[in-house]
Amino acid sequence: MEVFKADVAIVGGGGAGLRAAIAVAESDPTLKIALVSKVYPMRSHTVSAEGGSAGVKKEGDSLEYHFNDTVGGGDWLCEQDVVEFFVSKCAEELTQLEHWGCPWSRTEDGHVNVRAFGGMKIERTWFAADKTGFHMLHTLFQTSIKYPSIKRFDEHFCVDLVKEDGRCQGVVAIEMASGEFTLIEAGSVIIATGGAGRVFRENTNGGVVTGDGMALAYRHGVPLRDMEFVQYHPTCMPGTGLLFTEACRGEGGFLVNKDGYRYLQDYGLGPAEPTPRNKAMELGPRDRLSQAFWHEQQKGRTIEGRYGPVVHLDLRHLGATKLHERLPQICELAEQFLGVDPALAPIPIRPAVHYTMGGIMVNGLCASPLPGLYAVGECSSVGIHGANRLGSNSLSELLVFGKVAGVEAAGFAKSVAPGNSASLLKQAKAVEQRVTGLKTKTGGTEKISVLRKEMAQTMEDGCGIYRLADTMQKTCNKLDELKARFKNVNLEDGSSVWNTDWLLAIELEYQLDVAQTMAYSALQRRESRGAHQRLDGYEQRDDVNFLKHSEANYVADGAPRISYGDVKITKSQPGVRAYGAAGEKAEKERKASHV
Amino acid sequence: MSESQKTIEIEVLRYNPETDQAPHLQVFQVPFADDMSVLQGAQYIKDHLDGSLSFRWSCRMAICGSCGMMVNGEPHLSCQTFLRDYYPARVRIEALSHFPIERDLVINMEGFIDKLESIQPYIIPKEKRSLAQGEYLQTPEQLNAYEQFSSCINCMLCYAACPQFGLNADFVGPAAMALLHRYNMDSRDGAAEERMELVAAEEGVFNCTAVGYCSEVCPKQVDPANAVNINKTNAAKDYFLRFLSPKGGSK
Repeated sequence: MEVFKADVAIVGGGGAGLRAAIAVAESDPTLKIALVSKVYPMRSHTVSAEGGSAGVKKEGDSLEYHFNDTVGGGDWLCEQDVVEFFVSKCAEELTQLEHWGCPWSRTEDGHVNVRAFGGMKIERTWFAADKTGFHMLHTLFQTSIKYPSIKRFDEHFCVDLVKEDGRCQGVVAIEMASGEFTLIEAGSVIIATGGAGRVFRENTNGGVVTGDGMALAYRHGVPLRDMEFVQYHPTCMPGTGLLFTEACRGEGGFLVNKDGYRYLQDYGLGPAEPTPRNKAMELGPRDRLSQAFWHEQQKGRTIEGRYGPVVHLDLRHLGATKLHERLPQICELAEQFLGVDPALAPIPIRPAVHYTMGGIMVNGLCASPLPGLYAVGECSSVGIHGANRLGSNSLSELLVFGKVAGVEAAGFAKSVAPGNSASLLKQAKAVEQRVTGLKTKTGGTEKISVLRKEMAQTMEDGCGIYRLADTMQKTCNKLDELKARFKNVNLEDGSSVWNTDWLLAIELEYQLDVAQTMAYSALQRRESRGAHQRLDGYEQRDDVNFLKHSEANYVADGAPRISYGDVKITKSQPGVRAYGAAGEKAEKERKASHV
Repeated sequence: MSESQKTIEIEVLRYNPETDQAPHLQVFQVPFADDMSVLQGAQYIKDHLDGSLSFRWSCRMAICGSCGMMVNGEPHLSCQTFLRDYYPARVRIEALSHFPIERDLVINMEGFIDKLESIQPYIIPKEKRSLAQGEYLQTPEQLNAYEQFSSCINCMLCYAACPQFGLNADFVGPAAMALLHRYNMDSRDGAAEERMELVAAEEGVFNCTAVGYCSEVCPKQVDPANAVNINKTNAAKDYFLRFLSPKGGSK
């Protein structure tokens, strides 16, 4: 087995992993960095982010406003001290990216431009047309090439962590082109593997978004926090789930039902006005908009489409010129995949799974309870998204906390003595034997594509926009069954070179673990908050019993054990989450009561 | 839906280096729907007919650049190429031309990555600026000068289209040259002169015979042929100006 000795190993080469790698390299150029990714970094799912990245920029905006939007948007399940730090660093990190070459869209006088986004009081979303994630990712990847201390392990698939003396000391990975195993020893490890949206059927995510790092940390005893909070993005392509950015609405797009009626005004988001008003109507938060779709469907006011009911995203009034300048990719997607020219016809859309708010439990410095193990980005739960993430906060998260994770992991790696190589190698060989066993065993009868499909369907059935105890219980039972059936899996491919059958099986096992944490955490949260909405007697938020983070703890060969942790409240006491005119009224009253 | 009974034949170039002497074609019958992409056809084969088929894919929306392949002999992103454009005829999918095949539809892209790394694809600032000084000012017009060339998704379709790259694998090629041009044209960058060496080198722009097929197949309208041509002119100018000034002609 190949062995590589690194100071810091990073798993995941998307925005968070790359930003962390650069931070390590800049904090100490003598540290050796291993950047491990199952795809070439520019293929990572950050590439698909469209709308933009939040950071206070405009006159009249303030860190306090960004804080309030984020904490209220998260239905007060945020770590407020972490949010306070986060909002204070966003603009600086976005400026850093500007210095590194990111082609941010500009105002006439050459400053970076900002656009409106859902749930944000003031325009503060930096954007690069509607390909913000693409440009951020390529900027970070290309910039990372400057640093000789970053050694990339492209198309290396991580299969386990190795621990010694109670701390994480490296990772084991498969080189996909050869099927060979590599042990990467490291003083510290950062997980930056992204979300897990592919456990659901209809989702906006790329095929790589399978929760790998979450499952690895979880199996090593690190809790997955707030996993029941899964974001449905309200405007996605029926059938494929592909995303139409929130910027469509930030630029002034309307959502209308089968009668051409802007239905959001019926759900506490009005009044309907001809031009966008922040935090109202189409610029409400994603959880509320996806829930409104569900209600429209119940009322029979949606439109029957080939892949189920849809509503319309109407951009026609924006005109072809603005659409092609601000939303070129949206025009391309609508035209190529649906045959719709958004300047001439409305786009049929429906909600689809988009983002995992929860993840690997870490503190505000991205450190997990397992010494030496850090996590950052969508795979982590650093505490800024609470029960519902605001659009454009996650790209900023990659930058702000990518840097934090890099600096912290570098410091940790320098503080520890080199590990016991013989013992680590022994562990790695045991991992190799176990993982190879999946490929060489015979007599199985289950097909991975069948198990994967059943998992995705049961997640949609039980953990959708609205949830009921009995369907969630069925989903939990189904996942238990699928985990049992996975033991009887049969691989069709026994070869070494580019054996994607094998890698998909390993991914499926990760996904089943992560899916269980979502379903069991959801079942046990007996309230409604943010993206977790129930219809079975728990329709209200219950701050007495559930102003708590859920923590899913791994139990070998069993269901996760769910425990609860405190939420850090500093300056914003839980209040009524209101938008539109009601939100403005509530804010006035809140201000008056503080005087 | 009656369409679910329709099928289309997909012929796939298979190659497993552990068992095959040479690549060979294999035909699969795949249920056809008029909104199905070629990628979805390949996924159907993998999920239902043959789990050993290997190919790269991820985003499904033509932005990650993973899923390029030859479709009936032309380089395409398989996620935004639709089976309806071939139906009812058989459609053939193969690994991208001009690259070594690792397995099935998976090519070896290390050579491309080396080229991308070689062109210094990052800002080397004309004037240093601290974060406290805020952003560099860049007007929409200045942004426009390079934005198109920054839209390359590294899908390598242009390399599969380029006859010169087919003849000489060392040719820096269209995408890397477009990226080089992207940084040279960025008002924040001051390293065009450093990059000129590679432009004019043996493996640089003068390999190009101006076929222009690279720009035709580009799924993102980057127009790499234009970037190559501009740099031919720049390199020629630089060559002649070298006689007048020891530093060369580039700024």
